[in-house]
Amino acid sequence: MRVVVDYDLCESNAICMQIAPEVFEVRDDDFLYVLDESPGEDLRAALEESVQRCPKQAISLKD
Amino acid sequence: MARTRSSITIVGASLAGLWAAETLRREGFEGRISLVGDEAHAPYDRPPLSKKYLAGSVGRERVDLLTPGKAVELGLDLRLGCRATGLDADTHTLEVDGTTESFDGLVVATGTRCRTLPGTSGVAGVHVLRTVEDADAIAAALSSAGRDGARRVVVVGAGFIGAEVASTAVDTGAEVTMVEALDEPFGRVLGVEMGAVLADLHRGHGVELRTGVGVDEVLADGPEGERRVAGLRLVDGSELDCDLVVVGIGVVPNVEWLDDSGLTVDDGVVCDETCLAAPDVVAAGDVARWTNPRYGESMRVEHWDNAVQQGAHAARRLLVADEEAEPFAPVPWFWSDQYDRKLQLAGRIRSEDEVRVVTGSTAEHRFAAFYGSGGRFTAVLGMNRPRHLMQAKTLLDDDASWDEALALATAWE
Repeated sequence: MRVVVDYDLCESNAICMQIAPEVFEVRDDDFLYVLDESPGEDLRAALEESVQRCPKQAISLKD
Repeated sequence: MARTRSSITIVGASLAGLWAAETLRREGFEGRISLVGDEAHAPYDRPPLSKKYLAGSVGRERVDLLTPGKAVELGLDLRLGCRATGLDADTHTLEVDGTTESFDGLVVATGTRCRTLPGTSGVAGVHVLRTVEDADAIAAALSSAGRDGARRVVVVGAGFIGAEVASTAVDTGAEVTMVEALDEPFGRVLGVEMGAVLADLHRGHGVELRTGVGVDEVLADGPEGERRVAGLRLVDGSELDCDLVVVGIGVVPNVEWLDDSGLTVDDGVVCDETCLAAPDVVAAGDVARWTNPRYGESMRVEHWDNAVQQGAHAARRLLVADEEAEPFAPVPWFWSDQYDRKLQLAGRIRSEDEVRVVTGSTAEHRFAAFYGSGGRFTAVLGMNRPRHLMQAKTLLDDDASWDEALALATAWE
């Protein structure tokens, strides 16, 4: 599973960071960083929720 | 024991309604889902309407929430341009465009509409902002393509929609005045102190704020039938010349169609803690009033995130038995983009709260502030501090104390 962020869409609302802090981090420069682009299956549910709840639909998961 | 239903109707084809539909499918509901909406459009996203879409920096495709392909994938019976005009909760029947139909489960998600200024109907150049048509009309008026673009804009109401429109209008080069009847701009939502910080941000971008003064009358030129706004007279007798007025003075829930429905209506559709309004009937989004057990208060929340979460919660509520139903107990959260700043507020401010800036600087418009009283941590406000905001929101979700919140803030410094 690979996490892909479309940075043209991302507005750094940081909802993903609250749901999956192991993978997403918005830093002091206000940009989103993906900490782990290929996270383990144990995080799938949290990542799917991040995909769904992103207000800009900026996150996708590729298998 | 899960409930068996064959058809669920969702009235309101916007964010909460679409989330309800998607959640029903995710939870394995295989029956018919009918999504009824009185707008001509498939569900679309409203936050960009006062920001990027209004500014013209994103197009319509970035606002749409439901592609035709996704509608097919979800197996939606999408009924756009159809208006629900009546409900009988007892008999499980609904009236849509004058025709009676039945349902096994119903989601009420009819949202709100904007309050308008009296005496402005039929006056060109006076707008509210709720729909994509509203945004298109304001964008056309603001268009700076030629000298005909609106150069003098008055925003009535210092709320978040008005503030976002003001910020977008300033970016087009317009002169913007914001008129607010209350003395404290944004005070109701942010508290007096932080409201003043946001007001300062607007003033720094050249917006003139007139507070503590309401609108007496809209001044219009032109013959009957072609009247166009020329200015506003305020209650103190002063007049403002303008080409465009955007009115952001709040909304009213769309509940008139529920007269005699058997549902309780009181500034919204009244639900229990689980979002249930009557047997087999739930409500979600701007129109829903429910008792949030986290606060022990009846509330109606107009935020984007609430439409998402409550739409999903209400859908799940229809699929479970009464004894398995869970209360809906979110920490309210919203964001607002103005100029190059992102405001985010999570929690519920109380009038007695103290407010403390815990990181950054209000003068630089980059900070996080905590609200709390009596040892309780009640809310966090961030301006260009999304990371801090979400970490603090996690504490709010966990009902952390004021001291626990301050410990988090200490770790930031």
